Amino acid sequence: MDANTLIGLGFTLLAAALILLFWLRRNKQARPILRPIRAIQGMRRAVGQAVEAGTRLHLSAGRGSLLSPDAASALVSLSVLERIALLSSVSDLPPLATSGDPAVAILTQDTLRGAYRSVNALELYSLERGQLTGLSPFSYAAGTIPVIRNQQVSASILVGHFGVEVGLIADASRQEDHFTLGASDSLTAQAALFAITPDTLIGEELYALPAYTGSNPVHSASLKAQDVLRWLVIFLLFAGAVLGILGVL
Amino acid sequence: MKRPLSVAVAILSGLLILLGYFLPENFSALRSLQTLLLGWAALVAAAAVLVGIINLVFGVHWKRLRAAQNKDYYSPFLILAFLVTAGLGLAFGPDHPQFQQVVLSIQAPVETSLLAMLAVSLVFAAFRLFRQRRGWIGWAFILSAVFFIAASSVVLLGDPALAPLQVLYQLFPAAGARGLLIGIALGSLTAGLRVLFGADRPYSG
Repeated sequence: MDANTLIGLGFTLLAAALILLFWLRRNKQARPILRPIRAIQGMRRAVGQAVEAGTRLHLSAGRGSLLSPDAASALVSLSVLERIALLSSVSDLPPLATSGDPAVAILTQDTLRGAYRSVNALELYSLERGQLTGLSPFSYAAGTIPVIRNQQVSASILVGHFGVEVGLIADASRQEDHFTLGASDSLTAQAALFAITPDTLIGEELYALPAYTGSNPVHSASLKAQDVLRWLVIFLLFAGAVLGILGVL
Repeated sequence: MKRPLSVAVAILSGLLILLGYFLPENFSALRSLQTLLLGWAALVAAAAVLVGIINLVFGVHWKRLRAAQNKDYYSPFLILAFLVTAGLGLAFGPDHPQFQQVVLSIQAPVETSLLAMLAVSLVFAAFRLFRQRRGWIGWAFILSAVFFIAASSVVLLGDPALAPLQVLYQLFPAAGARGLLIGIALGSLTAGLRVLFGADRPYSG
């Protein structure tokens, strides 16, 4: 086993151990204290307003494939979709999910169906609620824009893997004066989103979304584990730089 | 009973694939199992393309066309384009050069136009960004934009006197991008582990 594989295995085992540790040591009575993030606070408000006004929420799950490293961001979007579906189950118009990957599109339908079944509101579900809007980056954007414009949408939550085409989707949402939250694992998409919407999540904030939407205590444990691992990486980088300067490495 | 079974299958498959990446290559049985599972996943993903397209064309656009209210007048074009493309593709095969030429002749100009629209949108967005966030972020954005455009311009690019500056302008974005990418990698790792623990279940079972 080479050094890189060993480091990867070590990090994976450490992350798993930390998630388990923080989950077992959680305080069942107290709510986890999380740093306020403006974009996520805005999303909570937008969900509440959509339910009150009887408008629709739109979640774009991106075009990350489940067979690629982008899968993690698609999993986050499914987690957020489930929470949104539960929160808006009393709304007149159920949320709508679009995606650019067929497998993720099927999973969005399954997530919505599962969420409605858990609150005994299966009548809210239909196959139209999870749509594959395009298979190439720009056809995905072109297919998503009419959904934003014509489906009585009041907020668009763009969470997943995108490229620069997310700029077109976010700009269409901004032109309609909708709340637009942008979160992506791609740096190009983050740059485009940052220019278009003030409610953009940067870097790993995307992976904190499930913990902030409060669906499961494991999400908070995983967020704490992520923080510990980040400090560990910072320490290792610093130590490496110092040892490099001293000529040891 | 159905749900625990689907969770167990998902966790076991995930663990086997993960182990395949870490164990040495002489674990040939595990390697072949990993290849088999990934092959199945690729087949399911291919079938999902067909399901997704059928849902889009007949589940969404056909319904919109037949809706009593709020008819979508773009839907017939989509259905027609799908039927013509699918018909020609089946008749001539997807690798037929003339079929590919026809598809590309439509797709390439449309996507190029969208890219041009995106460029304009981003320029306006950059101006709006500066107007709305006049604080240090706005100024940092303007200064870095001017700096990077000047440093990578044709006039200054080959100037040996500016070589240290060019190293600097490559260093800052690379450092920032690496920082973000490390955070994203750690987030991906914990998100994947949550699925392996069965805490996140992107399947209803």
